[in-house]
Amino acid sequence: MPDAQPTGATAASAADAAPARDRSRRGETLLEIRGLQKHFPLTQGVVFKRTIGHVRAVDGVDLTLHRGETVGLVGESGCGKSTVSKLLVALEKPTGGSIVYKGKDITGLSGRALKAYRREVQIIFQDPYASLNPRMTVGDIVAEGWAVHADIAPKKGRLKRTQELLDRVGLNPDYVNRYPHQFSGGQRQRIGIARALALQPEIIVCDEPVSALDVSVQAQVVNLLEDLQDEFGLSYLFIAHDLSVVRHISDRVAVMYLGSIVEEGTDQQVYTTPSHPYTQALLSSVPLHEPHLRGQKDRILLQGDVPSPADPPSGCRFRTRCWKAQDICAEEPPALVDRGQGHPAACHFAEARTVVPIEVAE
Amino acid sequence: MTLSDIDSTGAAPAVPGASLLEVDDLHVEFRQRSGVVNAVNGVTYTLAEGQTLAILGESGSGKSVSAQAIMGILDTPPAVVRGAIRFQGRDMLTMSAEEQRKIRGPGISMIFQDALSSLNPVYSVGWQIGEMFRVHQGASRKEAKQRAIELMDRVRIPAAAKRVNDYPHQFSGGMRQRVMIAMAIALDPRILIADEPTTALDVTVQAQVMDLLKDLQQETGMGLILITHDLGVVNEVADDVAVMYAGRIVERGTVDDVFTDAAHPYTEGLMKSVPQVEAKGGRLQPIVGQPPNLAAIPSGCPFHPRCAHRRLGAAAAPGRECATDVPPLRLVTTGREAACHYSEEVLGA
Repeated sequence: MPDAQPTGATAASAADAAPARDRSRRGETLLEIRGLQKHFPLTQGVVFKRTIGHVRAVDGVDLTLHRGETVGLVGESGCGKSTVSKLLVALEKPTGGSIVYKGKDITGLSGRALKAYRREVQIIFQDPYASLNPRMTVGDIVAEGWAVHADIAPKKGRLKRTQELLDRVGLNPDYVNRYPHQFSGGQRQRIGIARALALQPEIIVCDEPVSALDVSVQAQVVNLLEDLQDEFGLSYLFIAHDLSVVRHISDRVAVMYLGSIVEEGTDQQVYTTPSHPYTQALLSSVPLHEPHLRGQKDRILLQGDVPSPADPPSGCRFRTRCWKAQDICAEEPPALVDRGQGHPAACHFAEARTVVPIEVAE
Repeated sequence: MTLSDIDSTGAAPAVPGASLLEVDDLHVEFRQRSGVVNAVNGVTYTLAEGQTLAILGESGSGKSVSAQAIMGILDTPPAVVRGAIRFQGRDMLTMSAEEQRKIRGPGISMIFQDALSSLNPVYSVGWQIGEMFRVHQGASRKEAKQRAIELMDRVRIPAAAKRVNDYPHQFSGGMRQRVMIAMAIALDPRILIADEPTTALDVTVQAQVMDLLKDLQQETGMGLILITHDLGVVNEVADDVAVMYAGRIVERGTVDDVFTDAAHPYTEGLMKSVPQVEAKGGRLQPIVGQPPNLAAIPSGCPFHPRCAHRRLGAAAAPGRECATDVPPLRLVTTGREAACHYSEEVLGA
């Protein structure tokens, strides 16, 4: 069992009173994803495998990430958001489209160039229980990346660097010889963050980093991610299904449905003037926390289930569950463009509609 | 186990004037080689007909264990259950296993977080729903299947008659949870305990399932105990809320009151630490530290190591030292109880 008093708490509480961060700065384009596709083959047969179809997990995703920016990617389970994260860190090879990082397409990279890319784009996983090797000490986990990228930390100073990193993410530096099972969920997620930071990345892909954590611990990790971003100028692709957390941390938000992005904009645009019917339905399902806002929400109940990505509907993928669907929706896939709402939405009949009651921040 | 010999009359007649469910000073501990884990430490509440009580807490707060104690599904040993759980005035803890079994189903039933692992993968859902009628009411197979279809209709599973012979893996997560709900309401229970019923579901499906539970409750007038860690779900569904921390109820009141102005520092901390979808606020204000280890709960107020309002040593009023004196759950304002020595300072803060 972990001890009850982590050192990380003090760092978080000291900054409690700080106001919202200044998020106006935004650097140059770091990452540009165009038409990204990942189709997994469906096979039949044991010896002679025949391909009988494809699961279109990711099917034409466009996304841009600037330096120092957080882009939130939301969607329900099975929409392909985790596949996007795996493609980004080159754990999977895309079947189409391009990922341009600092002006270079990385989809065909191999060897030394791929290694260099992987150093700069790190990932934090959802499950801090499954993503840390139980047989390695915390120090070894954090320092493991340096075995490949030896130039970042000279061998002599590695223990000290590891301890500095642990301290930075709010863990006691003396814990470097402990094992993951001696830590709580929130502390393990901090270890995962330290491991990602060790390689001095430009981008960190956060794949549901706080979903497995208790409510009171979630906020600690979110604040830590924000602090690290300000300190190191990191860019985040923040993937989550929790719309409240995504709104909190993101500068821009992209909404995904069945392998493609249906709406994109600043957090303000997407949350207060959602224009795609799916975004509207999604937002209207989020339970509100304020008693006085109860019942003021525009309830949209979706019918049916998400179609199988192995056999997506023709035209617009949302049309089978959409109350606005017309003939054109079955024939022509709507492009992700601005139709007068001020931000792009992939709907032929895009129309801004306020779903969540707007409350002025205190 | 033979369940078939249980009669179908359902729950025993109620003691007049008693509330539906009274949980009185419930304690649950797990005796393990490494020591005693105190999962529930004196929980008291009542539930009336048609009432929705939310039990809000984080993992390890004892919210699920207390519900399992009510259902009588804890393994004893290692669990040791003390206190009283009165269903319609009769203490279930002193009943024989046979008597308890008659209450489970027609009296109290429960749905769980993970519907897939709660369903048997090798039986069709129709068979599993129908089992309630076959076992408790001695219905024939044909009759049980017919009533299973009716129930599947009632929980809005499309094309129920076609899907009654399907197996759990052929259903989506939301539909599986509906199957669980169908089983739970099969015998028209007076109380339904829902343990994190929507935590594993997507937000659009969660909204559908919560709507279904609310509608069923209105139809049947059953009491609903909703166990969750989701503040939003509590706000939208429940009438009253009991906030649990380290196996104790630390605050209790109507949802409107508690959510508008918390009386316990832990509740206050929870509210501040969660981002909201309706507005982009400033920096989150987390509760410092970690939830306590139930094998070594801090002395005095269990929340004091994480508390911003604590008063230690000379700063404390006599008998109200946070690290040594356990604060009782007391009435702090009309209709509100909190287990904090200094609730009056937390209120309105």
